[in-house]
Amino acid sequence: MSLELWSIAEIAQRIHAGELTAARVLDTMQARIQNVDRELGAYLALDGDRVRADAAEIDRKRMAGEPLPPLAGVPVSLKDNLVTEGLATTAGSKILQGWIPPYDATVVARLRAAGALVLGKVNLDEFGMGSSTERSAYKKTRNPWDTSRVPGGSSGGGAAAVAAGLCTASLGTDTGGSIRQPAAFCGVVGLKPTYGRVSRWGVIAYASSLDQVGPLTRSVADAAAMLQVIAGHDPHDSTSLPVPVPSYAQALTGDVRGLRIGLPREYYEGLADAEIRAALDKTIAALVERGAVKVDVTLPHTQLALTAYYIIAPAEASSNLARYDGIRYGKRAEATDLLSLYMKSRGEGFGPEVKRRIMLGTYALRSGYYDAYYKKAQQVRALIKADFDAAFEQADVLLTPTTPTTAFRFNAKATPLEMYQADIFTLACNLGGLPGLSVPCGLSSEGLPIGAQLLARPLDEAMLLRVGGVVESAVGLAGARPSGVGGI
Amino acid sequence: MSTLTRKEVEEIALLARLHLEASELEALQGELTAILDHFSALAAVDTTDVAPMTHALPIELPLRPDVVEPSLPASAALAAAPKREGDLIVVPAIIPGSDP
Repeated sequence: MSLELWSIAEIAQRIHAGELTAARVLDTMQARIQNVDRELGAYLALDGDRVRADAAEIDRKRMAGEPLPPLAGVPVSLKDNLVTEGLATTAGSKILQGWIPPYDATVVARLRAAGALVLGKVNLDEFGMGSSTERSAYKKTRNPWDTSRVPGGSSGGGAAAVAAGLCTASLGTDTGGSIRQPAAFCGVVGLKPTYGRVSRWGVIAYASSLDQVGPLTRSVADAAAMLQVIAGHDPHDSTSLPVPVPSYAQALTGDVRGLRIGLPREYYEGLADAEIRAALDKTIAALVERGAVKVDVTLPHTQLALTAYYIIAPAEASSNLARYDGIRYGKRAEATDLLSLYMKSRGEGFGPEVKRRIMLGTYALRSGYYDAYYKKAQQVRALIKADFDAAFEQADVLLTPTTPTTAFRFNAKATPLEMYQADIFTLACNLGGLPGLSVPCGLSSEGLPIGAQLLARPLDEAMLLRVGGVVESAVGLAGARPSGVGGI
Repeated sequence: MSTLTRKEVEEIALLARLHLEASELEALQGELTAILDHFSALAAVDTTDVAPMTHALPIELPLRPDVVEPSLPASAALAAAPKREGDLIVVPAIIPGSDP
């Protein structure tokens, strides 16, 4: 296997041993991006001088015999809603075109301190609002397994880049499935940590009570290594939890004996795709064969998750996105009075899906409607959380499909509601604040990846990694690689 | 759930400080009506005595000591302002008739 597909451990060990330089890693990855990304469309911006200097510093430390940090020389990409000092950050929106942030998000600073090489910023649906990356204001990202299909979204650029070997790992954000759904579509591992596990400081806000940063990787072990670096309290984020971070590598025991695997009835009843159903059945059988116990559970309010989500998330978005007013940074339209300046700057800067959600959120929050919409949705959210609490009395981890279908074709979703349905299995996890993992569990007859979703109790990411590691080795892709672009 | 009128859509757009072209207003009128219709399922859910969930996890908002800490220099914070004069951001007159 070539360097482009090595794991984090393989790169780190070779750099520690002096068999590989960070400069060589950087050259190889930049050459591959040059060769392949014209067709794939994953990257929005590439770093140059900064990452070259970071690579040189790692190689200098190694030559001088100084200790190397855990991700020394590991090439990563970042979803373009994570702010990066000196590197253009757009959130996939025209309203931030040309904006150069003056600081690094905490997760970015942590990756840099851990020695990761930040190759560049990757594509997304505008402000994270979408499930196909088709809502980016900048470019189309293709699925490396079949370039006539979407990579999923909103972290579609990162999922495609990881799958195609254009970086070793990527950081995405997940508000209603935006890490796990593209991970499933692109055949990679995607982890949404518990709300509060990872700092949101410097993450361009979409829905603040749901947003969380997490890794997209080619293996469960790599997801554990990335989470280890980004997890933990940040004084800059009052919602980040001041609790210790366990060793995630130690969670990968390969042992699921005695674990109770909960199968939420509503998720399987709502699953129409027979091939995904068969892949899940195989996954369940593999876990039972290795000593896990299957338990039927029920999450009665599952059907309401979509509605609650599409009230809460747009309401929070309409408030968060009020900051893009053309005054302090971002696009400013020409106008002679202040109200016109606000309205024209926003009207010209935001794309159709963002406008739709701002309108929806403003409707739900306006005077006289608050109780019927936002408050009601928050009450339903409490019922959904209570469902999970009850299920976790009977089960240690829940196993569901990640998505109702495999990757769909471009322009396949005609209406907003059809697109929203792409997230029906991933939304409830965010409403409950739970950690969730998508791990590949097979290929469809068309050769498209299928994802299994694992959900665990708050702060029990270790459980997800433990079970996910077993799913990966028992029913994963077994070395199958995407053939759509730049085969390696 | 009733149909949104064109006037309601215009009112919401003004509240959201969002200029919309006539074609956008028309499209949104239909789309928002369809989405809100979908939301009507929520009204049927019994939420008597259910406290709204405002946070994913029960956390207490922490306080920190009120001490000055290093922050971005003004020049960095202002670097992306679309229109500037020195350390000030220039905007159109807020009071009508009082040109800057």
